[in-house]
Amino acid sequence: MTPSTDSRNTSAKEWVVEDVAAGTFRIDRTTLIDEAVFEREMASVFGRCWLYVGHESEIPKPGDFKARDVGNRPLIFWHGHDGAKRVLYNSCRHRGALVCRIPEGNARGMSCFYHAWTYNSTGALNGVPGDEGYGEHFDRAAMGLLSPPKVDNYRGFYFVCFDPGAVGLKTYLAGAADYIDLVADQADDLEVVPGAHEYSMDANWKLFVENSLDGYHLLPLHKTYFTYLEEREGNTLDRDDTTEALDLGNGHAVICVHGPWARPVARWTPALGEHNRPQVEAKYQELVERYGSERAQMIGLTDRNLLVFPNLIINDIMGVVIRTITPTAAGHTKIHQWSLATAGEDPDLRARRLDSYIAFQGPAGLATPDDLEACEACQAGLRTAPDVTWSDISRGMHREHAGQPSMASDELQMRAFWRRWQSLLD
Amino acid sequence: MIPTGLTSATIGHATPSDAVRVRDTTVISAVCQFLYDEAALLDEWRLDEWLSLFHPDAVYLIPTPEDLSNDPATTLHLVHDSMNTLAGRVDRLKSKHAHAESPRSRTRRHITNVRVWQSPDGLETRSVFQVTRVRGGVVDRYVGVYEHLLVSTTDSDVPWLIKRRRVALDHSIESAGGQLSVLL
Ligand code: FES
Ligand SMILES: [Fe+2]
Repeated sequence: MTPSTDSRNTSAKEWVVEDVAAGTFRIDRTTLIDEAVFEREMASVFGRCWLYVGHESEIPKPGDFKARDVGNRPLIFWHGHDGAKRVLYNSCRHRGALVCRIPEGNARGMSCFYHAWTYNSTGALNGVPGDEGYGEHFDRAAMGLLSPPKVDNYRGFYFVCFDPGAVGLKTYLAGAADYIDLVADQADDLEVVPGAHEYSMDANWKLFVENSLDGYHLLPLHKTYFTYLEEREGNTLDRDDTTEALDLGNGHAVICVHGPWARPVARWTPALGEHNRPQVEAKYQELVERYGSERAQMIGLTDRNLLVFPNLIINDIMGVVIRTITPTAAGHTKIHQWSLATAGEDPDLRARRLDSYIAFQGPAGLATPDDLEACEACQAGLRTAPDVTWSDISRGMHREHAGQPSMASDELQMRAFWRRWQSLLD
Repeated sequence: MIPTGLTSATIGHATPSDAVRVRDTTVISAVCQFLYDEAALLDEWRLDEWLSLFHPDAVYLIPTPEDLSNDPATTLHLVHDSMNTLAGRVDRLKSKHAHAESPRSRTRRHITNVRVWQSPDGLETRSVFQVTRVRGGVVDRYVGVYEHLLVSTTDSDVPWLIKRRRVALDHSIESAGGQLSVLL
């Protein structure tokens, strides 16, 4: 849909409308299809929030780098030879070319292929062919690769923020920090497994954020996956499971469930193999000794989908999945995801962890293609927005406003996202 | 779509090591017919017949395009199926609840540049493929190399069973269809 002047100026309060007395929470569907809204959110949401770049384990050695696209900016996540891990803009200071044109590698320096300006692994400019062509005012020291205004990490998860006036990362994370802790406390050392899933959909990014936190859709949409789990792995979903949904502040939210699948840390099921049972159970005991049984249950036995607003999902389910959801247009979204695992874990357990992840998730999993199909079907249906204006996100509002706990199949977590989205857009 | 402009420095190697090239045109021609027949079963959605072409210990692999050389036990793959899980994948695809394939895609497999080697494990074949997938009026293309390890069989209608089938894509799924709900 082409930008309408109207949606450049509309207050987002007119799009995200909550009426507690009437028990309604409605989203104007314009927010999902209008290019002017997309442009506004690229500036107001992606231009102002902390965005995930990568995990420290992805660049363990000096020189290691990953090229990443974050908030529609090409970046280099680079472990400098001075020992510091940096995030640099991947754009030559001369005339703008990508300095790094491969997804990953190890380099002491990088030479821009256009006119051969050369940068070292700290980003400093250390070579300019034909120096004599520049006068005394050319300040080479100031011409290194630039960094985004804010770069920080929380427990090894690196983020950037393109707004120099933003709050610090820890403050930004609010209640989400505790849930990152639950992942980080799984093991002394975690590592991203080599390889990434890169996929996309013709639908608005916010639909996939909602989907990633949507406990309501599991049974109806993923019937084939649960059949597969039952028939191929012998695991059955507990329909009376106690679940939870929490608003973690600043737009962050989490849902907690107890799924039928195996967790390498630390819930054994036959899918992990009888021979791995003692070590998975021992791992759980270790968590109990270290953190007490209540926290051990949260770390080891509870499955969580965490949203770090706006576009980072950490699924701690049959293994830990780090997922970023990046819009390229109102109706197109790229999704990248990685597997985070216990460093140095038993090779057989690692193999089974990866197998159970890819059976469920990823572009060729038994569940994710149906999620994408659902989002794309929504996007196609949303073309009726001029006439069918509102989406409904009211599920569980009566519980929320009576001060009762929310369940994963409620929509509290989506309301938390949308309230924050609205406040940033205005 | 905004391209990232990045190209992986790794190119998948399509030539098996530790194998002797087969030049006998009768064998090569029979292998070609086997591959075409297999492709037709997939294109016609005769998935149970397709499954019957596999050896009970077979593996079906699709690595991610950046990590073509790696092992499913240590590297994130798109697909790593044993016969148990491949049969589960087929069961799902046959269900009307496989929403991403309901209604089903139409696929056409174009297979070319077929080469054959004799290895200690059986016949190793490499072929170049392009799979077109048509759904909802959109044509997507998947491009890469098929690797088949074929082992002789006597108790079957076919001369060989597939012991290993690996699909090495030249591109990420991001730029081809967005997802991979069909079998490649
Ligand atoms: S653009 Fe990089 S050296 Fe000219
Ligand atoms: Fe889902």
